[in-house]
Order: sequence, then C-alpha cells, then structure tokens
Amino acid sequence: MASNTDVSERQRSARQRLRIIAGHLQKSEGNEHTALSAQECKAETPRSNAAKVTAVPKRRQEIMKWNGWGYSDSRFLFNKKGQAEFTGKRYRLSGLILPSLKDWFEGTFGANLQHKSPATASLNVSAVPPPTLNELFVEELKAAGVALSTGPEDRVFRSHGHCLHEVFALREGRIGRIPDLVVWPNCHDDVVKIVELACKHNVCLIPYGGGTSVSSALECPPEETRSIVSLDTSQMNRILWIDEKNLTAHVEAGIIGQDLERQLNESGYCTGHEPDSMEFSSLGGWVATRASGMKKNIYGNIEDLVVHIKMVTPRGVIEKSCQGPRMSTGPDIHHFILGSEGTLGVVTEVTMKIRPVPEYQKYGSIVFPNFQQGVACLREVAKQRCAPASIRLMDNEQFQFGHALKPQVSSIFTSFLDGLKKFYITKFKGFDPHHLCVATLLFEGDREKVLQHEKQVYDIAAKFGGLAAGEDNGQRGYMLTFVIAYLRDLGMDYYVIGESFETSVPWDRVLDLCRNVKERIVRECKERGVQFPPLSTCRVTQTYDVGACVYFYFAFNYRGLSDPIHVYEQVEHTAREEILANGGSLSHHHGVGKLRKEWMRETVSSVGLGMLKSIKDYVDPNNIFGNRNLL
Amino acid sequence: MASKVLYSLRDPVSKKRDDFEDILEERRNSSDLRYALKCYTPAVYRNLVPCTASMLKNLVLESDALRYVINQVSVESGESPETVQEEASQVLEEMAHRLQLSTIRFFALTLSKAFKALYRSVRVNEEGVQRLQQAIQEHPVVLLPSHRSYMDFLMMSYLLFTYDLALPVIAAGMDFMSMKFVGEMLRMSGAFFIRRSFGGDKLYWAVFSEYVKTMLRNGYAPVEFFLEGTRSRTAKSLTPKTGLLNIVMEPFFKGEVFDVNLVPVSISYERILEESLYARELLGVPKPKESTSGLLKARRILSEDFGTMHVYFGAPVSVRSLAQGHISRSQYNLVPRHVPQRPVADTQAFVNDVAFRLVRLQEENMVLKPWALISTLLLQNPDGVELSALTQQADWLRHLALSFGAFLDWPDGEPCSKVISSSLTIHRNLARVSEGRVRLVVPEASGAELSAEEAEFHRAVSVLSCASYRNQSLHVFVRPALLAVAMQTANSNRRDELYKSFNILRNIFSNEFILCPGASVQDFEEACYLLVKCGAVQELKQEVVMSSSGQTTLSFLCSLLEPFLHGYQVVCRCLCEDPQEDLPEKNFVPAVRNFALQLILAGSLRYYEALSSDLQKNALAALIRLNAVKQLKTGDRVLLKIDKMAVNSLEDALGGNIPTQKPVLARL
Ligand SMILES: Cc1cc2nc3c(=O)[nH]c(=O)nc-3n(C[C@H](O)[C@H](O)[C@H](O)COP(=O)(O)OP(=O)(O)OC[C@H]3O[C@@H](n4cnc5c(N)ncnc54)[C@H](O)[C@@H]3O)c2cc1C
Repeated sequence: MASNTDVSERQRSARQRLRIIAGHLQKSEGNEHTALSAQECKAETPRSNAAKVTAVPKRRQEIMKWNGWGYSDSRFLFNKKGQAEFTGKRYRLSGLILPSLKDWFEGTFGANLQHKSPATASLNVSAVPPPTLNELFVEELKAAGVALSTGPEDRVFRSHGHCLHEVFALREGRIGRIPDLVVWPNCHDDVVKIVELACKHNVCLIPYGGGTSVSSALECPPEETRSIVSLDTSQMNRILWIDEKNLTAHVEAGIIGQDLERQLNESGYCTGHEPDSMEFSSLGGWVATRASGMKKNIYGNIEDLVVHIKMVTPRGVIEKSCQGPRMSTGPDIHHFILGSEGTLGVVTEVTMKIRPVPEYQKYGSIVFPNFQQGVACLREVAKQRCAPASIRLMDNEQFQFGHALKPQVSSIFTSFLDGLKKFYITKFKGFDPHHLCVATLLFEGDREKVLQHEKQVYDIAAKFGGLAAGEDNGQRGYMLTFVIAYLRDLGMDYYVIGESFETSVPWDRVLDLCRNVKERIVRECKERGVQFPPLSTCRVTQTYDVGACVYFYFAFNYRGLSDPIHVYEQVEHTAREEILANGGSLSHHHGVGKLRKEWMRETVSSVGLGMLKSIKDYVDPNNIFGNRNLL
Repeated sequence: MASKVLYSLRDPVSKKRDDFEDILEERRNSSDLRYALKCYTPAVYRNLVPCTASMLKNLVLESDALRYVINQVSVESGESPETVQEEASQVLEEMAHRLQLSTIRFFALTLSKAFKALYRSVRVNEEGVQRLQQAIQEHPVVLLPSHRSYMDFLMMSYLLFTYDLALPVIAAGMDFMSMKFVGEMLRMSGAFFIRRSFGGDKLYWAVFSEYVKTMLRNGYAPVEFFLEGTRSRTAKSLTPKTGLLNIVMEPFFKGEVFDVNLVPVSISYERILEESLYARELLGVPKPKESTSGLLKARRILSEDFGTMHVYFGAPVSVRSLAQGHISRSQYNLVPRHVPQRPVADTQAFVNDVAFRLVRLQEENMVLKPWALISTLLLQNPDGVELSALTQQADWLRHLALSFGAFLDWPDGEPCSKVISSSLTIHRNLARVSEGRVRLVVPEASGAELSAEEAEFHRAVSVLSCASYRNQSLHVFVRPALLAVAMQTANSNRRDELYKSFNILRNIFSNEFILCPGASVQDFEEACYLLVKCGAVQELKQEVVMSSSGQTTLSFLCSLLEPFLHGYQVVCRCLCEDPQEDLPEKNFVPAVRNFALQLILAGSLRYYEALSSDLQKNALAALIRLNAVKQLKTGDRVLLKIDKMAVNSLEDALGGNIPTQKPVLARL
C-alpha cells in the first residue's frame, strides 16, 4: 500500500532532516557576524528544545542557495553523460537519474547542453552596497537586546523573493537596493519594541517570513531613502499552546510550514495547510498574502484556518478580544490583515484550527481524452461538492513534462511507468497522446470513507471519459510541483527562463481563459523575437463552488535575446491582461506585491482602492511599513 | 475616436498588390468532370470541433444562450417553453444550411461550363488564397466579399472548392427561398437563409446569432456574408451593415475564441450580368421576384461576352489587433456570457469603424478595367466625343487614376486606341462609334412612337448602366474630388476654410460614398496629398492653391461629382417645393422621380442620376441624419416631416453657397 510506505518514508525523511538541521544549528552558534545577546522572551510557555529545532537556520546561507531555490545540496544537473540527476538526499528524487529529461528539455525548448549560461558561483561581498544605518535606531535596538546583523550575506538573502527577475539578477551577480539591516525578534514583545523604535527614528520596516514571495513583495523600493530594516520573523517559531478541546493551536507567526506540520504531527495534529512552498514559507507570510494550500478542500484556505491574529502596527497592536468561531461585529478586521502584504504591520501570533492527523491517505490519478473533458469532470466534482483533499488537472503539455521526470531506478516509479505503457496500448487506445490530460488526486480521512469517496469521484470521472490511472501517477504529479522551483534553476543554466502565475476564474470561462492565455503567451513570445516556441502550459489546481484556480507555467529559451528578462516581463504582463480580459482575477493566492499593483484600481474599483488607502493612512501614516506593496 | 487609430497607418498609394492567375485556363484544358470529382481534403481550423450539420442544429438549440431567450420569451408571451422551443426549432430549420459535398461537386461541374461560356478569364490572386488557407487553420475566418452580382457567392464557393479550401457557410437573404429548387440547391451548397427584417423578434435574433456564433466558435466552416447587406445596384459600395459583423466579433469580445480573421474579398466584373436590370430597378421598374424562371432566362446571356472577372482575397484582418486599445473585453466579466447584452456605444462605434474599414479594403482591391475610365469620360460628354479626343483623355485619366493608387488592369504595351476599341467591343450594348464619334447607345424602341417621358426613361437606362461602370472608379477619386469641389466653392484658399467646405460636403455625401466615420481629417489629408502628388495643387503654409497646370484635373474631378451635387439639390428642391409639410415616406421616391423628370423634360437638368432611387434614398438618409427631415412613425405609416429652412440651406451648400449663419450647417 503506497500510503503506508508513504507515512513511514515521510517519518524517516523527517527524522533525517531533523538530524541534519540540528547539526547545522550547532555548527552555526559561534559564527554570527554581529555578536548578539540573544534574549529569552518572557513568553508564558517555556521554550522547549524540540520546538526550537527548525529546518531553516537563522543564517540561511548555511544551507540555502543564495541565487536559486531551496537547499544548496539539492539541485538538478546534467552529468557528464548528459543525463539529468537530482543531487542531495532530502527528497524522494534525490540521487536519482532522470534519463528522459534531457530529450524533453532539448526538444521542448530547443535548448542544447553545449550552450550553458552558468550563474555567478558565489556572492561577491564587495559588490554589496554598504548599509545606510540609522545609528540611533541601531543603538536603541542593541540596548533592547534585539538580534541584528549588517552582514552582506544576511542582507542579500532578505532582499528578494523568488520572482524570475530577482533570481536572474542574483545569478548575474547584480545586487540592487537591499535592506541595510536585518533584525530577528524572538517574540511578540520584541516586535512591539522594534516597531516603536522604527516609528521613533523613522526607518522603513519590511517583514520577512520565508522569503518565498513571487510578487516582488520583498523587493526594497529603490526610491526609499530611509534606512531599510528587514524584520526576519524566523526566530518567532514556537507553538505556544495547543487547545485540544477547541482544536486550535496558538503559534508564533515566523514558524515555517514544515516545522509547524511536523511539530503538530508529533502531537497527533495537523493544520492541513500545505502550500507548495510549505518547506520554507511562514505562517505570517501566509496570512500576509492570503495563501492557499493544496488541501484546502478539507482544511480551507488560510482565511478559513485562522481563528485569531495578533498584529503589531505603528498605531499599536490589533487583535480581537475572543476566539469565537464567527462574529458579526462589522467588517471582519482579520480581513484588513489577511493580504496586507506587510504594509500595515507585523503578524506576530496566530491561533489556527487544527485537526487530528488523518488515518489514511491515498493518491490517485485519472486520464482524460482531452482537457475539456477533464475540466468538465472537475466542474461536476465541485458541483457535487465531493472534491478530494486535492484535485488537480494538468494539461497535455504538463502531462508530457511529468513524463520527462521519470527516474531510472526506483521501485516507486517503475511499476507505474511500465503500467502506463501497457495502458497506452490497451485501454487508452483512442486516446491521442497529444491531447490526453491527467488529473491527480489526494484523498484523506478514515480508510473506509476514503475508499468510498474515491469510488464516487472515479464514477463521476467515467462519465467524462476519464480512466483511473493509478496511485503512483498521482503521487508523481504532486512531486512535480515540489521540484519545479529547482527545475527552473536547471533551465537557467541553459538559457531557459520561466515562471508560474495563477488566477481564479468562474467555471464557464475556465477553458476559454486557459486557451487564450496559453496562446497569447506563444504569440507574444514570437512577436518579441523568442526563437523557439515557449512552453506554455496550465493546470487547474483548485476547485470551488463557483470557479477554479488556474496555474500557468511559462518558460522559453532566450538565446539571441538581448534583454530576456524584459521580454519575459512583457509577455507575463500581456498574459495577465489576457487573464483579466477573460474574466480571471488578478491573483488567487500569490498576491499583488509590486508586480501586479498597476491593476489594483481596475480590480477593486477606485472606491475600493480608496478604502485600502485610508486604512493604510490611519494605521501607518508615516509609511514605516514601506515595502510599497499593493497600493 | 477609434477610427483615428484604425486608419492612420494607411498610405493611400503605395500599396503592393499580388499577381493574378486565371483559373479558367486549367478548366479549358482538362476535364470538368474529373475536376468536379477531384479529391477534396481542405485544411481545417486547428481547434475544429468536428460536427455535422444536424449536430450543429442541436448545439444551437441546446445552447445556454438560446435556452435563456426561450425562457424569456415564454415568460413574456405566456406560451409554454416547449412551444417557444418548437418555434425556435422551426426558425432554425428554415434557416440552416445543409452543405453537401455532392451539391458542391454538381455546381463545380455546371459552373465550370457556365464560367467558361461567360468569361474570358477568372483571375484570382493566389497569394491571397494561400494567406486564406493559413488563416483558416489559425482562427475562425469570416469571408467578406463585395456584392455586385448573384454570381458572387457561387463564385466564392467555386473558388474555395477549386483551391481545396474549407467551404464556407453563407448568409443569404430569404428572397431566394421563393425559388424552391434553387433555394434548396443553394442551401445544400452552404447557404443559410435569413429573413430580411426581423427587427423586434427576439427569438429569431437569438436563433440566428447563436447559429452563426456556434459555427464560428467551433471552427465549423468559414462564415461568409456581405457587409453591404445586398447587391449594390450602382457598383458603388454600400454603407455597411453592422449586425452580422457584430455577431461574428462577439465570440472574440467574450473570449470564446482567441481571435477572428476577417478576410475582405473584392470581386470585380468587367461586365456585370445584371447591368440593365439594375438600371431599370433604380428607375422604378419593380424588382423582379427572384424566381427560378427568371434565373433560367439568364441562360440567354450565356452566349454573351462578359470579359474578365477578378477576385482578390485581401489580407486577413485580425479582430484582436483591431480591438487592441479600443475594446475592453473585461466589460463582459460581470454578466454570464449567454445572457444577451446590447453592445455599449463604444463597441458599436468600433464595429461600425471596422465595417467601413473593411469596405474600403474591398474597394482598394477592386480591379478597374479601362472601361471604368472610358465610361466616366463618356458620361461627361453626353453628346458624344471624338474617338481621337477620347483616346487622348483616356490616356490622361489612366495616369491620373494610377497616381491616385487605382488598381487598374490596363493592358501593358497596347496602344490606347486599341484598348478603347476592345472595351467598346465588350460594351457595345452601351456605347458605339459612329462617324468618328463615340456615344452612348440608346436602345431603339420598336413599334409605336415613344412619349417624351418614355424616351427620357430609355435614355436614363443607358446612362445609369454606363454610370455603374464609372461608379466602379469613384472610390479612387472621391476624396480629391470633394476637395476640388471645396476649392471651387470655398471663399478662400486657406486650409482651414477648405477643410470646412470639404467637411460639409463630405458630411452630406457620407451615405453616398464610403467615407469612414470620424476620418474627415485623414480624408482631407489624403485628398491634399493626392492632388499635390498629381501636380494639380500646391500646398503652401496656410493655403492650398491650384497649380498652373491643375485646371484640367480639378475640373475633371468637379464634373465627376456634378451628378451627385445636382441630384441632391433636386431632392432638396423637391422637398422644399412640396406644398405639404409632411410627405408619406412611400411617396418620397415617386415624388422626387417625377420632379426630376419634369426638370429633365424642361431641359433644366442634365443628370439622369437624379432619377435613381439609390441617389434619392441616400439623399434622404443624409437629410434625416442632418436633422433636416424627421421620420414620424404612426402605425405602419412613416411620415417625413420636412424642415424647409434646413433643407433649403443644404441645397444652398450643395450649390456652392455656404451660408455661415444657417443653423443646420452649424451642426455639420
Ligand atoms: C515554489 C513556490 C511555490 C508556491 N506555492 C504556493 C502555494 O501553493 N500557495 C500559496 O498561497 N503561495 C505559494 N507560493 C507563494 C508564497 O509561498 C506565498 O505567498 C507565501 O505565503 C509567502 O510566505 P513567506 O513566509 O515566504 O513570505 P515572504 O515571502 O517572506 O513575504 C511575503 C509578503 O508577506 C509579508 N510578510 C511576511 N511575513 C509577515 C508577517 N509575519 N507579518 C506581516 N507581513 C509579513 C512580507 O513583507 C511580504 O510582503 C509559492 C511560492 C513558490 C516560490
């Protein structure tokens, strides 16, 4: 049973990760740039050691790439034989060879392994601009015992998210405006102090959670003349209490997804909030961007999961007085905070719903003759309100992409792939491999119900010509999203750049929007001199009563272009216009940041924008939280 | 204003055009039967949703859009939804095409024979065909041929079959259905039939528009219709109708397709089958019902020579590119797309601009034969002209036309006299040489003496027939001609004064000629540019003045518009002199015709165009548009309420008196 292997596998790798992380932490202790007097917070719950163990250390540079995605030890490369492999030991793909990736890569992008575009190997510290410090602010901070650093690496690491242009610039060794100072509060009270001092000395604060933003939200506004301070929440990472009667947990907002889930799992609980970035993104970041997790069908999106939020603003602390499950007390103030993108204050503590860890998990997949049928099926599933924890529909291009990630030796994969081939010849006869598409599923719950549920979904699928295509296929689909960010780094080694973006759209427009946006991308690339047709693909990743979330991947070979990033941005811009013209939203979960600001007025109307402005003006009249997102 | 952007990139002269191939050549050298039975495997739309003609009907009947309207109609009328549904199904039955390859093959065979008998050659720009083939695969295609003859759509389908292109479905008027057999034949060759008027009939409109949109969205077949709505009886392009254009653009506006390609097609005839029929129709002989026997009678003409026919497939125009910056598609976000919505004013203006632009594209690619110029000269010399003088003038006019960018098919290297004589051979029913002079032929009436009226009537038939060839070239000259007239009438040579006069004339004539709405500045610039280019005027700082050698050109251009200027004046005078305030609309044409006839008989009017119902109706439309006449509807009757002051001042303006204070002109 795949799910059993799965659980034990997960526990094994979690344990392994813990060991590795623990090792890193110990090593790092003496190496801090600035001598810090770490001060214990007087929180009610004593800091337990287990909780202190976190997957990402304070000095991110110890285990993370400075100019790419994720852990330094994990990356794709083409080895001497020209075969793709994934390095490291952390992931299921780690250490495996992916023999078909090369052909897919070269064929899809017209790329060539001879044509390399390597990144700058290491950060040139001398290229990092010296910090502009507000001396009085720094002194008072130090006096208050707040950890801080002006180290170039610390600052560069917190100067960006993971937009293409941000990472591309780093690979070329270009460093723009970066924070002048990094501070690490340990608790809510530290944040209160920092915000007070920032107001007093008029410095600009930018909250930093996991750094996974894909909306230019973390970029320092180049026009900012004040000292910019990155407020890194990573040390506020404790679960302060768990309330088993009400099934809630009170958690510090800097905790990252994998730590939160692991620690709750240890007590038999989970939040079920699993954005694809959950390895690195933080609770505060989720709240600040209105994040959405893969399993929202069972657990809800972040706005459904939070019960109570505490946020420190220049005006003071905002929070509700109780933890009632619903209130009619005027507009919900949580909704001023959710999606505020660091413009109003720092989220410090959150009470979240928790659930017992599900007894049973099962992956699944369905093959459809074409995308239309697939969408029709998802729509029906949504209509009957029987969506599994996750249901995603990949288009044909992504299905082929998924194929390219077939590892050479792996007990998990071989069975499926051989099976699939047989499938092709027998059951799929009549399915055109250039049109078929795949839905991946994840069921959760008690065993009995899962099996029942599974049947219900497969029965619906059958009405739309869908055929069940195995658990492994499904599991692999989810893995694809997990490693996609690593794959982008590989592409960039060979003149291929790309990115994803998303939207939400009413059901009746899903197909039209997907077709038009993909085609617009292809056309705009051509018009802008991109030599080889781009990869332009999409996937329906979430279903709702009234519509769906659609996720696009778009990548192309930029050889022959003098300013590839500019071309990329223009194309993404037109793709967004196309989305809006086709009834899609500006964003389903990535947020607005600075990347999509220009469309805010048309998105929420002038009055709407005025409302948001007036809140900003009241809460933060001096623009202390000056990352200039959103408005 | 949308049109500014739509037109600014046009250079009126430096157009590159494709070469032509004669498709009849192969027909003359190989078996027609084998050709008709050839293997036909057209390239289709890449996102084609395969579907048969009957599945198509079901798709339409089951569409959300139609269901919505059926429910609406049912609620409003109190009839049961099933009854309304049944009605809808009948409407669709009456409308839908039943395209069959076998019928097309039958037509391919018979038309091959007919075309070879009628035409010396049928010349097609094959590059255009290739572009079309590409376009069909890329996006849904709308074919927009010009409409001068019944032949047009037979020819279109014939050509697409010949070139192995996807066969179109064609919007045709219901009139054909009165000829049972022909109607059904046409239906089986791809025609679908629309009632001429269904103004308020919601259900009809819904069925019709959903039918067209479904075919378009699914890439079922290229959709073909005539922007001009009906055959032009005068060979001038007609003011485009926007209803169907709106329908075919909507799937793009609503995001249902990525793009729609509009392909203007210019079909030009050296000699039109219907030439004298049209003239008679314009003069008030009621239009013969399109009856089968009528068409069969046309067999008589198979023995005549209709010269060469040209078909030019224009470059596909992408609706997406046109709409860029003009249409915000997100305006459709807030209402379900199957709920019918009236297009907002911006959209209407946009569609209207596009319609005009497309008709101009048709015009630009219309091939002119020498006769179009020769007939122009003949009409300017009603008493005939010496052959040698005609030769000289024709040569001069040829150069003028070319410098204005005309698409002239003038035989290379042939002496002008030869060109003229061969033109006269083809058109011997219209003009003849006698005693060294060329004149219009006025058919002798056999038998009894003609009354004076009848004689004039006969003459008018010849003049209007001949005028239809002159009209072929009007689009080349009309802008400079308007400027030439403005120069004659304006009080000064100052640019702004000239522009004012030009604009007044342009405004009055915008139902007569294809003058794009909102493009008056561009038209003025274009007129100046062309007149400077041919050396007729010079542009000084603030002024536009005639150059020393410009007299001939300018007076030629003025004469070209004379029939229209006088014709419109006659209409105005008729209305002013009418003793009544109100005129029943149905009496308008007979009244003006009679009024004009009296003037002609009295020798005070030379221009038979004033007898033409086309001119009369255009003039009325202009008067209504300019608020000089109002239409009052009472029941079925429409009364024309005439503001005599206003009509009078328009007449003055046309006569060259441009009174500055008169209120109606202030509106111009
Ligand atoms: C590979 C990849 C996959 C992703 N998948 C998903 C997904 O499945 N679902 C999804 O929703 N998003 C996804 N994202 C986007 C991103 O992970 C989310 O926006 C996430 O919520 C950001 O969290 P973070 O902790 O990394 O915040 P950061 O990137 O550090 O910051 C994001 C914004 O929030 C502000 N902020 C951060 N912490 C706080 C705080 N405590 N108080 C106030 N403001 C704060 C910052 O100032 C900034 O404006 C993905 C991104 C990547 C790169």
